[in-house]
Amino acid sequence: MLLECKNVCKSYGKKEVLKNINLKLPKGKIVGLLGKNGSGKTTLIKVINELLSLDKGSILVDGKMVGVESKKLISYLPERNYLNVHKKVKDIIDYFSDFYEDFDKDKVYKLLDDLNIKADDKLSVMSKGMREKMQLALVMSRRAKLYILDEPMGGVDPATRDYILDTILNNFDDGSTILMSTHLISDIERVLDEVIFIDDGKITRCENADKLRSETGKSIDEVFREDFKC
Amino acid sequence: MFSNEKPIYMQLSTFLAMDIVSGKYKAGAKIPSVRELSSIFKVNPNTVLKALSELENLNLIYTERTNGKFVTKDKKVIDNYLKKLAFEKTKIYLNDMNKLGFNKNEIKDLIERCE
Repeated sequence: MLLECKNVCKSYGKKEVLKNINLKLPKGKIVGLLGKNGSGKTTLIKVINELLSLDKGSILVDGKMVGVESKKLISYLPERNYLNVHKKVKDIIDYFSDFYEDFDKDKVYKLLDDLNIKADDKLSVMSKGMREKMQLALVMSRRAKLYILDEPMGGVDPATRDYILDTILNNFDDGSTILMSTHLISDIERVLDEVIFIDDGKITRCENADKLRSETGKSIDEVFREDFKC
Repeated sequence: MFSNEKPIYMQLSTFLAMDIVSGKYKAGAKIPSVRELSSIFKVNPNTVLKALSELENLNLIYTERTNGKFVTKDKKVIDNYLKKLAFEKTKIYLNDMNKLGFNKNEIKDLIERCE
């Protein structure tokens, strides 16, 4: 198993956000982490990346407890853009290349070239969508075992969403797994192997996407709407 | 291109089967690689693998070790599949027309008038 969460609990003060999460992800899968706003998606992602500490339970990444070693294996796209807008593209690439052993400079330049982003461009003149694409290019240019993408398509137009999906698919190889959270389900469901539904800090479904479709005769989006009707 | 309501691998295998019976991929021709298909149809490579294994089960394609996947050289298999598809489509059509209250002779008449 590439990722194993055992009895993971996390609270913010008195508010329980993750309630005994158990999860196993194998290698070579694209997995959707689907839940409403405030269901615990981002918190789960943050504890896997050790940006938040656990209250209870354990998380193993490729057999290793989360920590410095597991961070080498995970390439993480946070919800927010964290790149320094006063820097040039090439400075950020050098920074990534210094920081991550598995970073592939040629690959990122190729991806940015497709987007018509030049090494001397400054981030401050880029649009929000462009910065998101740039950040995704950086994240997908690491040769990681696990890619964790938190809302990779939040706030971008449908054409850009297609570009982002293509980039994810084209850079996904057999040995790695992609875990991505989203609530734009209908846009991404065709690329998913497995779906995880999370609601109120608990996992309510964890199954094969095509199996769920044939069992229900519905799209993942419809099943989601029914499961989580307000 | 795919509907989200049905398993994507089934839709993809039907789509590729149509390409084979319609002659887009001829008997004995090489099928694009998993990665190419995944990129063409914008689906997960695992979905492509599953779709191809469906076609392999139907004997429409076969694997040549290390070389990739090829359309069967047996034209009979392709022909039989084409007939099966034609039969299924006709059945669906007849069913719909029956629901609309047409009998066989009226349907035949309609088909002729459409031509």
